[in-house]
Amino acid sequence: MYAAPFEYHLPTTVAEALGLLEKFGDEAKLLSGSQSLVPLMKLRLATPGHVVDLRKVPGLSGVTESGGTVVIGAMTTHYEVGSSPLVRTKLPMMAEAAGQIGDTQVRNLGTIGGSLAHADPSADWPAVLAALDASVRIASSRGERNVKVEELIVGPLTTVLAPGEILLQVRVPLPAGRYGGAYEKLPHPASRFAIVGAAAEVFLDPGGKVSNSRIALTGIASKVTRAGYVEQALLGKAPDPAAIKSAAARAAQGIEVRADLTGSAEYKANLAAVYTERAVKRAVSRALER
Amino acid sequence: MNITVQVNGVSETRSVEPRVLLVHFLRENLGLTGTHVGCDTSQCGACTVLLDGAAVKSCSLFAVQADGRKVTTIEGLSTDGKLHAMQQAFWDQHGLQCGFCTPGMIVSACHLLERNPNPSEAEIREGLEGNLCRCTGYANIVKAVQQAARAG
Repeated sequence: MYAAPFEYHLPTTVAEALGLLEKFGDEAKLLSGSQSLVPLMKLRLATPGHVVDLRKVPGLSGVTESGGTVVIGAMTTHYEVGSSPLVRTKLPMMAEAAGQIGDTQVRNLGTIGGSLAHADPSADWPAVLAALDASVRIASSRGERNVKVEELIVGPLTTVLAPGEILLQVRVPLPAGRYGGAYEKLPHPASRFAIVGAAAEVFLDPGGKVSNSRIALTGIASKVTRAGYVEQALLGKAPDPAAIKSAAARAAQGIEVRADLTGSAEYKANLAAVYTERAVKRAVSRALER
Repeated sequence: MNITVQVNGVSETRSVEPRVLLVHFLRENLGLTGTHVGCDTSQCGACTVLLDGAAVKSCSLFAVQADGRKVTTIEGLSTDGKLHAMQQAFWDQHGLQCGFCTPGMIVSACHLLERNPNPSEAEIREGLEGNLCRCTGYANIVKAVQQAARAG
């Protein structure tokens, strides 16, 4: 299948890339790892007149730690995120999610920034990054801004990114205290997208009770959604299996669950409870190991 | 636009339209038809090649994205007319039936052993998740990868 014709641009600086976006406006699309945009272009669901490939722009990939924040360049591949020693030791939930995206070939090309900008409602990163309270750093010709991942994505394949903006980095604050995180996912057997994915980050107080938690779900609604009722139900409780089960049963409460080709809304709501329970259990056991 | 790609150790310069996929560049511009087009929707892995040493689906990126980079296809694995250990293992273990998925399967399997020289059976199956065999000949494919791993 051939994409519609387009002009290809290969800028070598962020400023040059921003200039191209300024010049071509809505006609331009940024190209990162190509695992989402190229299939859409082949199906002619996307027909940009100008494609701006960011692969020659320096400084957009790699994982570093700076002042209690893990900074991941937007062009860092899923494989690179998952094999980063920093991610593996400090943010194991991210490493386990990275290894479950697509397949080996997809992880070798697909990037964390590209995935977020694409905003598939069944993607893994939005849930994991929302549970970790991560932000993205965005550049435009007017300067730079930070946006929380939860606020970045507003609907299926829709973000707050304006046509003249480039997603530069993902910034994950390192949790403090006694915490643990886990990601549990039921992958679609063909696409490996999440039919349901539950990411849980749980914090325990010195007495072993839940002092805070952040739980985010993907695959069930039009965008990544926090399971607020589960978070409330866990607060102040000793996270024993019965308490976790009863809290997780409320996973889909207050969420407009969306039926799709993978299942009915009722089925997905049930899966959300099951996968939330598993994620919280593992997050708690990781917190107890600390 | 003009691009130069080092394919199987040979520097190849061609003029291509930006919308030409890497797989079409390999097959149609260079005549390297060992890389197959299967599903053409980035799922089946028949078009897998190595890009700077990493397995990628060559139907999922444009040839212009490979400009200045190294590509290895199934044709680039054998040396001096001798099959690569993975090719020999697929032959010995009957790791193919119709053979359509085989080039991509072998390239992916080589990449798998590059990253994990002694994989368990589960790791082999997981590592080849991006390659589909419609003949469902997975049992012998796994045996072939195990043989190649033993051969080092």
